[in-house]
Amino acid sequence: MHHNRLNPPRNRARWQHIRPFHLAPGGGFHVIAFENVAYGYGAAELLSEVSLRLSPGSFHFLTGPSGAGKSTFLKLCYAELRPTKGRITLFDRDVTALSRDDVARSRRRIGIVHQDVQFLDHLPLASNVTLPLTVAERDAAVSDLTDLLGWVGLAHLADALPPQLSGGERQRAAIARAVIVSPDLILADEPTGNVDWEMSLRLLSLLVELNRMGKTVLVATHDLNLIRTAKQQVAARVLRIKDRRVQLAGAEL
Amino acid sequence: MALRHPDRVVPPSGPTAWLTTATAAAMAFLAVFALALALASGRLADRWSEGLASSATIRISAPADQMAAQTQAVLDLLGTTPGIASARALDATEERALLEPWFGPDLPLESLPIPKLIEVVEDGSGYDAEGLRLRLSAEAPGAVLDDHTRWRAPLAVAADRLRLFGIASLVLILGTMGAMITLAANAALATNAQVIRVLRLVGARDAYIARAFVRRFTLRALGGAAVGTLLGMAAVAALPDADAAGGFLTGLGFQGIGWLLPLLLPPLAGLVAFVATRMAAFAKLKELT
Repeated sequence: MHHNRLNPPRNRARWQHIRPFHLAPGGGFHVIAFENVAYGYGAAELLSEVSLRLSPGSFHFLTGPSGAGKSTFLKLCYAELRPTKGRITLFDRDVTALSRDDVARSRRRIGIVHQDVQFLDHLPLASNVTLPLTVAERDAAVSDLTDLLGWVGLAHLADALPPQLSGGERQRAAIARAVIVSPDLILADEPTGNVDWEMSLRLLSLLVELNRMGKTVLVATHDLNLIRTAKQQVAARVLRIKDRRVQLAGAEL
Repeated sequence: MALRHPDRVVPPSGPTAWLTTATAAAMAFLAVFALALALASGRLADRWSEGLASSATIRISAPADQMAAQTQAVLDLLGTTPGIASARALDATEERALLEPWFGPDLPLESLPIPKLIEVVEDGSGYDAEGLRLRLSAEAPGAVLDDHTRWRAPLAVAADRLRLFGIASLVLILGTMGAMITLAANAALATNAQVIRVLRLVGARDAYIARAFVRRFTLRALGGAAVGTLLGMAAVAALPDADAAGGFLTGLGFQGIGWLLPLLLPPLAGLVAFVATRMAAFAKLKELT
């Protein structure tokens, strides 16, 4: 059976579980906070004086021209890179103080979707989607997995190997993999970069759906049409990287 | 639906798979022979050492009419020599048996000027060989202390060294296996860099990733070493049996409970693989940050 449209999960409650956030003393909890952050390769700075906070349940787009530093910004968010200046807190913990195990544990609270999403090609789709549970040494109920794959329209491809999937199917599989552990934060780097407009809308709908379940979503994209379409569905804010700085974009978007 | 074994996250095939198994098998095969060499050398050293401590021979060459008197004089002298437990003259039958391999069974012993042989058994403290030689020359001029067992001393030392070489070979073989498995593990980690990236992205700790590789390499080494060990044991069993005239080469093998010792090689190989892969994995994962 092929799914031509999105199938909402039958038991949405299973996937909208959100961990209780702890309020930081003297201020509200922020999923991610940048304080005067800079990042550079050698002497050249790619990002400078970046200060921002993402609140729980918020939806943000990050835009800017190619090479502006969108992917670098996201890598800073999930501690793949460490800032050369300033301070980043992820779930109220300073990333520079995180051990390698702490980084791994933090990533279990983050769903990451890349444009060139990578899978373990020797494992079927179902095993790839449950990979975050596998590495956390947790188990997934078969019904939950079927439900999730149905939600992204891939239930019929559970046994397929990743190389057999199309670009759009891979992106939807990446979203399923990103949300299976019910993360607090979803980071998507050009998730619609390799798919047509119709598929872009389907992927956007999935991200909006997740945001309505309470997830914090940050999407890096240079597709302004996608942003305009999203703003009709969700109260999304747009961040723009310009001249190495991250700014809140105006109403022109 | 989650994978039951962590090693499934690593692709199942690759050149390193056969390399590890074949290396472990070859090294275990060689290790069986090194072990056999060490054990055989040990037995040889013990046998020669025991020979050293036990006996000497006195040869009396005298005219026929003086033979009995000199023999009795030597026996009397030995009876009063400290460090000698017992001494007895070999009878004609025993002497004939000694000469039979060279001259055949029909040797007319009585008509030949065969020296008289006295077997001397030492006690634990040993005796003064030089002092005994001087006394013999005085009491029985035709008597010569044939300290024939002394030539075994350097051989016993050599056998001891051979045993050490066997043990050192065993250690070197295991070390080489560890080094080769480390190289194979490094190659596997480098080949699977994308797998590692994906695992890290979804929150895998280094310990989890390392475990996936360690488990796989340990099992491969264990399996390869088991096959190599069995082949080695079969080869050792096929060697000719040791017999009285066989000497060292035919004695190269296992005896009794010694046959159980090679069975320790596969778990030992597994342990070496476990340690080598674990160290390589953590070092490589740190490098891949």
